[in-house]
Amino acid sequence: MSAQIPEVRSTEQLREKWMKPEVITGSEILLRSLLLEGVECVFGYPGGAVLYIYDAMYGFEDFKHVLTRHEQGAIHAADGYARASGKVGVCIATSGPGATNLVTGIATAYMDSVPLVVITGNVATSLIGTDAFQEADITGITMPITKHSYLVRDVKDLPRIIHEAFHIASTGRKGPVLIDIPKDVSAALTLFEPSSNAVNLRGYNPRMVPNKLQLDKLVQAIQDAERPMILAGGGVIYSGGHEALYEFVKRTEIPITTTLLGLGAFPSGHELWTGMPGMHGTYTSNMAIQESDLLINIGARFDDRVTGNLNGFAPHAKIVHIDIDPAEIGKNVPTDIPIVGDVKTVLEMLNPEVSRADQADAWRAQIQKWKSEQPYRYQDSDTVLKPQWVIEMLNETTKGEAIVTTDVGQHQMWAAQYYKFNQPRSWITSGGLGTMGFGLPSAIGAQMAHPERLVISVNGDGGMQMCSQELAICAINNIPVKIVIINNQVLGMVRQWQELIYDNRYSHIDLEGSPDFVKLAEAYGVKGLRATNKEEARQAWAEALETPGPVVVEFVVSKGENVYPMVTQGSTIDQMLLGDA
Amino acid sequence: MSTRHTIAVLVNDQPGVLQRVSGLFGRRGFNIESITVGQSEETGLSRMVIVTVGDEQTLEQIEKQLYKLIDVIKVINLSSNPMVARELALIKVNAEPSERPEIMGVVETFRAAVVDIGSHNLMVQVVGDTTKIDAMIELLKPYGIRELSRTGVTAMIRGNV
Repeated sequence: MSAQIPEVRSTEQLREKWMKPEVITGSEILLRSLLLEGVECVFGYPGGAVLYIYDAMYGFEDFKHVLTRHEQGAIHAADGYARASGKVGVCIATSGPGATNLVTGIATAYMDSVPLVVITGNVATSLIGTDAFQEADITGITMPITKHSYLVRDVKDLPRIIHEAFHIASTGRKGPVLIDIPKDVSAALTLFEPSSNAVNLRGYNPRMVPNKLQLDKLVQAIQDAERPMILAGGGVIYSGGHEALYEFVKRTEIPITTTLLGLGAFPSGHELWTGMPGMHGTYTSNMAIQESDLLINIGARFDDRVTGNLNGFAPHAKIVHIDIDPAEIGKNVPTDIPIVGDVKTVLEMLNPEVSRADQADAWRAQIQKWKSEQPYRYQDSDTVLKPQWVIEMLNETTKGEAIVTTDVGQHQMWAAQYYKFNQPRSWITSGGLGTMGFGLPSAIGAQMAHPERLVISVNGDGGMQMCSQELAICAINNIPVKIVIINNQVLGMVRQWQELIYDNRYSHIDLEGSPDFVKLAEAYGVKGLRATNKEEARQAWAEALETPGPVVVEFVVSKGENVYPMVTQGSTIDQMLLGDA
Repeated sequence: MSTRHTIAVLVNDQPGVLQRVSGLFGRRGFNIESITVGQSEETGLSRMVIVTVGDEQTLEQIEKQLYKLIDVIKVINLSSNPMVARELALIKVNAEPSERPEIMGVVETFRAAVVDIGSHNLMVQVVGDTTKIDAMIELLKPYGIRELSRTGVTAMIRGNV
């Protein structure tokens, strides 16, 4: 059975229904405005300051409201929904602690450029600034981690603000926008006239179309290059530019690496794809970046996990950076050819101008050589379960077609390495902020966006315990997420660092006292399964796939496994620890 | 090479806009030497003038990051042009009657003004560029400065720009 989303009427139908101007409350304006923005579901948690809003929602069925068990669950779910669907995710929380519980999720979305509209209640305008009960200056607190924010002081501004918020969140470099609504504003009455007015923000004009002269420079650089390399990131997926990227690679035959957030932007089976770059990237990607004479960054931000030590990053390369956010260009890496624009638009303009660079044959041969000599590898075992093997099994049994969300840590890197993504928006992970607790709620959001698809949430035993209460949501809404727990009874990534960098001083990483995850699942009314060897693993997983509703499958894996390759801090990315496999 | 830059930022006159701008400087590790804000020529818009120290790359990042704020309309690097930069300072300096003629001499030389006289002190108002005010303060220090308040720099490009 799949998650149920009520059928949403078209905005035209809704507009017709509300065409007659009507005096209604701020709360009703909010609900109608959300519908006019095409919102299908919101994730939230009520409380004192949003009670007028929740009162207006009583019996309201035009969009689905998912009551999570923690505000952090709500915002990560909205985030997962947004990443999986490409639409704006919406969540609602009350003032004070409700709002502050959203902070981690807002920062997560901000770092990964995820479009969210975050609605918080606040105390009545007359009480603002008095340290009133459950008051927090949430616009102040979240200013550094939102694309923009609003504190609504007059109910008359509400329709415009909501419309602007959706526009800002979903255009340019996408990101979270916060709307803080004081309680009296949500109760106040005003005349509401649904309008389709275009947003007019003088200080906000994202540049979509690139400078033609810069494009010409890139075309020339591609012709001149002997060892060109593409570094593609999440911007490709966010702009919907994956097909244009495929065409670009087809025409130029330039090898391509995709960042953690760029996984799925390019088919992993393609000969020219070299895997992920950076700290836990492939040998091939890292060597290719370092050896390249032209590095074309398409919608990635040269994160330090990708570049390693900047002194010595791509030392021979002419750097091209294509990004919709001008501030990303030159931020970390000096750029020779800056191209500001929407990735899809840029690539579509570029494609007719470029063709295969014939002189790069030797380079492509070198790439293939690296690929065959140094693939991802691990020492398999017949006695204990290896986490990499588990991911490979998930990949095989689902033919790489599931939506995979992860938590943060070793399992996340193994999933990135061993699951093979072929389509965009199939891989949902907290990249920039590295937020533990993200895995389960983001999967709930992704499943809401795609009720018909298989959604797998891959978690560690650590992160699973940061939002495990959201199992309840899976059970009561019958959200058929398959929740995988890679249990090594330890904070694995921390353990790995302590082993390799802190001389085996294993400080406070033992997760002794974790619950019996099967019983935990059952306590919430979710089916729970456990596997400790390959045979059990295959059986449990097959059973999970056959079970219609949500299932937790715990894979008890070997404890001391490390993620390789690894670039330790301070090293350049060609200085990789390759492990002993 | 780190140098001093004066930047004018035209912003929407919204609550919290100063916090947005100054917060951006803080969290990205940009330096603020002085920041002033007041009305601009257009209703609904304020003009901030920020003096900062950094190299060319930092300056470029400051401009780009400022443009990311929705309430920022325009960023102008004033110090890349011939500009007029002024700040105002009020200086309350110890001044026994016997010392007053001497202090008045300093004040007149700097084309400053005495704007208040107490029984043991004077309040001096001085307008000028930062170095002039620094010099004035240096000269008044020996008398004992009781209180000092500087506005920070406001500035404009010369001519028809």
